[in-house]
Amino acid sequence: MITVLDRLNYALHHALETDERVYILGEDILDPYGGAFKVSRGLSTKFPERVLTTPISEAAIVGLATGMALRGLRPVAEIMFGDFVTLIADQLVNHASKFRWMYEEQVRVPMVVRTPMGGRRGYGPTHSQSLEKMFLGIPGLKVVAPNALGDPAELLATAIADDDPVLFVEHKLLYTCPLLEPGKGELIDLQVEHAGGDYPTFTLRSTERARLTIACYGYNFELARAAALHLLMEHEIFVEILLFSILSPFGIQPLFSSLARTRKLLTVEEGTLSLGWGAEVTTLAVEKVDGLQVRRVAALDFPIANAKSLEDAILPSMQDVVKAALELVGR
Amino acid sequence: MLSEFSTGKLAGTTHACIGQEADAAGIFSITEPEDVVFSNHRCHGHFLAYGGEPYRLAAELMGRATGLVGGRGGSQHIHWRNFYSNGIQGGIVPVAVGMALAEKVHATGRIALVFIGDGTLGEGTLYESLNMAALWKLPILFVLEDNGYAQTTPVGRNMAGTMSGRFTAFAIPVWERDTTDVLDIQSMTRETVHAVRSGAGPASLILHTYRFSAHSKGDDLRSPDELARIRKFDPLIVHGARLTTKECTKAESEISAIINDAFTRASADPFPVLSSEH
Repeated sequence: MITVLDRLNYALHHALETDERVYILGEDILDPYGGAFKVSRGLSTKFPERVLTTPISEAAIVGLATGMALRGLRPVAEIMFGDFVTLIADQLVNHASKFRWMYEEQVRVPMVVRTPMGGRRGYGPTHSQSLEKMFLGIPGLKVVAPNALGDPAELLATAIADDDPVLFVEHKLLYTCPLLEPGKGELIDLQVEHAGGDYPTFTLRSTERARLTIACYGYNFELARAAALHLLMEHEIFVEILLFSILSPFGIQPLFSSLARTRKLLTVEEGTLSLGWGAEVTTLAVEKVDGLQVRRVAALDFPIANAKSLEDAILPSMQDVVKAALELVGR
Repeated sequence: MLSEFSTGKLAGTTHACIGQEADAAGIFSITEPEDVVFSNHRCHGHFLAYGGEPYRLAAELMGRATGLVGGRGGSQHIHWRNFYSNGIQGGIVPVAVGMALAEKVHATGRIALVFIGDGTLGEGTLYESLNMAALWKLPILFVLEDNGYAQTTPVGRNMAGTMSGRFTAFAIPVWERDTTDVLDIQSMTRETVHAVRSGAGPASLILHTYRFSAHSKGDDLRSPDELARIRKFDPLIVHGARLTTKECTKAESEISAIINDAFTRASADPFPVLSSEH
């Protein structure tokens, strides 16, 4: 079984093998530890000169990566927990994302910042968040999230080859997810359409007419699929799933195509509900699609608690998705 | 230039280095043209001493399409060849350290320079960067221009400990002098740049100097007495004493002509137009 983790790890190996400009920086990434989530496993053994373990200095890690990128290298920085992106905000917002435009296209900043986000592992308020929403809508910064359908290795390779800075958000629970293949296994009855080029958007459709569209990214695709299966088995409701790989900036055309068929949109994300990704996606959709009905499923506006009973209540569940979907279709 | 903000020829803000000119003049008389420089909000003097064209800077300050970065950056966000500046205290330092790392792995023989001020010493990112530069023996010179004030706040109200101690804590060698003499700064720079270029790792150059103008345009709370007292350290007076009156007059008239020409030419240039593509 090939997992998302395997593919991300492969992409880093492959990048180091094929491009000597690639450097990896981060905390505790050397073997035998290989990073807190093991995505960097094996890299330092094979490429000791280009895999740099750093002090606990997130701002400097990303600052150094930015300077390296400005001077011809292609650094990939690992931030151990996504919660720590607050420490790199100045570097991403006022430096990395600014230089290309601010210096009138005279420079490029080909840098990737990888970081694991998300909860459901009982890590508590400061090690469980999905903070990517804070970095959406920043000109010059791309925010990308792998999923179990599109090949995460290809997505990471695309980010490394990108001339602009990319914040690459990996949900922790995604690491152990097996890769899905269109037309096989769980996806055997679904048609998978692919749009959007390097950072693809996938549309999952069945042959029956769908009653609503569920938009999601990253690990929440797992939640959306489970909900879709439940809606079909228990309520005979077919849905279309729109799976985004890029959160900012993003093309919305594939979503419009789906909404033209369903006229009902449900967004699913693990960040807090208010002022989030779903708010932007639903607004863009409402502005363009007449008679559109929308719902958002997201984490409640709380810090993420440590106790499982509380964490489960705060984070969106498959049942929450089903409930919102039933509301949308009037059941 | 400062007076042109009130006439409306210049808009926004700027940070003049009047009184601190000897720092840049001395330092860039020693560095190589290909060395990589990261400057800060007070970057005009650094840029000109680096060899930048006054006309392109003037056009940038006036928001013209012909400016260094087409009017997108303005006074404190400029780039030309290997010269970069940004207006964020502390945040530029790790970027400069990353540049030094890139030059080291490319074995270019170049060094990086980053300019900070006494006010920057309050920023935590600086210390992360000093640590990593020293740990990895990167070819970077930290230039600390201490003009005594962080905007309006004197150093004594901002800083515990010593300036040199901040570098020696990371085993980064320090060259430190209270001077506005360009030849003095030149000779110190020669030693520090030699140390960095030899591959020994980072070094620091602490220059205690004086800022005659406000932090930016009008934010100066210092007394007229204090301003009068520090005037005797004017680097133009200090170095001017070595020149004949005729040499001084000639230099001043040449420079005035260059500056006037720069602003006159720039004022005829078009304003940039926003393109939806970028």
